[in-house]
Amino acid sequence: MEPILTKFVREPHCYTLDFYLKHEGYQGLRTALGMKPNDVIELVKASGLKGRGGAGFPAGMKWQFVVKDTPKPKYIVCNADESEPGTFKDHLLMERNPHLLFEGCLIACHAIGAKVAYIYIRGEFLHVQHVLEQQLEDAYKKGYVGKNVMGLGWDCDIFIHRGAGAYEAGEETALLESLEGKRAQPRLKPPFPAIAGLYGAPTAVNNVETLSNVPSILLRGAEWYAALGPEKNGGPKLYCISGHVERPGVYEASMNITLRELIFNVAGGVRDGRPLKAVIPGGSSVPILLPDQLDIQASFDGVAKAGSLLGSAGIIVLDDTTCMVWLAENLLRFYRHESCGKCTPCREGTQWLLNILEKIERGEGEMKDLALLENVAGLIAGKTLCAFGDAAATPALTTLKNFRGEYEAHVREGRCTVPAPWRRRTAAAAHSH
Amino acid sequence: MSFHPKIDYREFHRSTRKMPYDDGKVFAYEPDNRARLEDIAKRYPPEGRKSAILPALYLVQRQLGYISLSSMQHVAEAIGCTAAEVEDVVSFYTMFYTRPMGKFVVQVCRTLPCALRGAERVTEELTTALGIQPNDTDSTGTFTLMEVECLGACDRAPLVMVNDSWHECLQPEDAKKLADDLRARGEDALTGCHHQSPDRAKG
Ligand SMILES: Cc1cc2nc3c(=O)[nH]c(=O)nc-3n(C[C@H](O)[C@H](O)[C@H](O)COP(=O)(O)O)c2cc1C
Ligand code: FES
Repeated sequence: MEPILTKFVREPHCYTLDFYLKHEGYQGLRTALGMKPNDVIELVKASGLKGRGGAGFPAGMKWQFVVKDTPKPKYIVCNADESEPGTFKDHLLMERNPHLLFEGCLIACHAIGAKVAYIYIRGEFLHVQHVLEQQLEDAYKKGYVGKNVMGLGWDCDIFIHRGAGAYEAGEETALLESLEGKRAQPRLKPPFPAIAGLYGAPTAVNNVETLSNVPSILLRGAEWYAALGPEKNGGPKLYCISGHVERPGVYEASMNITLRELIFNVAGGVRDGRPLKAVIPGGSSVPILLPDQLDIQASFDGVAKAGSLLGSAGIIVLDDTTCMVWLAENLLRFYRHESCGKCTPCREGTQWLLNILEKIERGEGEMKDLALLENVAGLIAGKTLCAFGDAAATPALTTLKNFRGEYEAHVREGRCTVPAPWRRRTAAAAHSH
Repeated sequence: MSFHPKIDYREFHRSTRKMPYDDGKVFAYEPDNRARLEDIAKRYPPEGRKSAILPALYLVQRQLGYISLSSMQHVAEAIGCTAAEVEDVVSFYTMFYTRPMGKFVVQVCRTLPCALRGAERVTEELTTALGIQPNDTDSTGTFTLMEVECLGACDRAPLVMVNDSWHECLQPEDAKKLADDLRARGEDALTGCHHQSPDRAKG
């Protein structure tokens, strides 16, 4: 498939307004502004565009749910928090194709009747934010954002808001809290943001890649878009491939491609030709797939059928030197650190999971700890306000399910049975938090 | 909020209240930072003025290097909220520093994709090269070492962020050289994409 989102990212100055305008820039917006908002929503619905932030919820439907008949303002909020481990596609899109995102934001605003879009970008992306700000200023100056957009008598503002280091700020209601100047902790749903979102007003929260898909749908139509991929999984998809592969990176493909093709053809296969041990196909929060499960469509539905999730399409590749207990421990350190503390099962449970995993990895585990792990993980999953809880329970559950023997070997031999030269050589310092 | 007696939350947990750092000085924005804050506040509706708390804290940090006790009070007055609301935010987000930091805050990403490519070894080598443990600042105030979570560029692992800039694909054996180069040349020593030509993505 000819890349659509990343076609020009390697060209000099591809991020500038002039370059963008030479390649049909803002023409999708022009088309949209000539349409009734509801027709834009119907078009995006017909395209089947699924949200690229993790949950895969249809974007058109999300916009339709936004309450239109209200005296309150409405908002588009772009989720540019990108902090799911293994995910780095929005980074590339914003750095190299910022106007595509602006255009997507503007079309979304028109569709739901909003006059303001906020782009919430993670604090660590300051260099990306500089590109966005510079390009946004240019877009304002040349009349593509702000008052009387493209001379068509329609006003719309885009503002950039910088986060400050919190994974949970990527969860959409926590993001809204953070944008309102509070701790990034999730809200009780319902009401969903479409009814009461930012400042209590109807809001749609969309991922960067989702919004960046919208202009091409307006330009080339829903049928064209849907036909790019398998049924209900249309359009181009960005895959982030990291870990033990020859060529880590962001790759754009149709969701017709298989996971095996992505890893072995596109990303050059496992590093140094080593055997593949397992793959995490959708960011750190999803279940592991084994090497014999890779001949599946790398689509939302294809990966779900195989028992995992495409999530944010962060494909983490693990070779035979990877200890699965160590892996779960590493991820639990992440989840413990990032737990926002609002729901008790998650705040407390992540610490206990980490304690047990550290104990086993140190070689001090007992067989009964394996059951305890499952027990504690089960007490978190499904018992929290947001999906963070399920995400935090997954690493322990999925490694236990697929590599129980490895856990048992750790306990039996009283040491890590899969040491690797790329891991720490000294004992972890006591303060490691 | 109830807390389990056997867990030591103080060290890491973002739901824990951190005692704000009292540097004994009274903070006030420099005039241009104060003006900048009002500019930023215009992005939000009047009822959403509290949205400017995060930007307001970044302005404090830019001016002072960290968030002090007095600066939280000052921000609260500028925004029109309580100091407790500001403190709530400061203690939650990891990018707000509540104490003076080294000139170079070296942040090694330790999450899985970076760890798979040697991040643990990078931290070890930096610990040796800088003579400090993670979360410590050296006695000259030059370096603070930290471990952070996924920075969103796992294809360039192991990734290290120094202040607001990035150093990509840092091999453990090059960690000492990076420390020396930072001492000698400052942030110019970093390889992050944005330090090269703006059109880095050519090859
Ligand atoms: C813990 C957690 C973290 C999340 N982090 C992100 C993120 O960094 N970026 C993102 O786009 N979505 C993230 N999401 C998903 C959002 O909640 C939401 O589904 C998404 O922004 C919706 O956009 P979309 O419909 O365009 O996919 C996260 C969800 C959870 C539960
Ligand atoms: S794990 Fe280090 S940048 Fe993602």
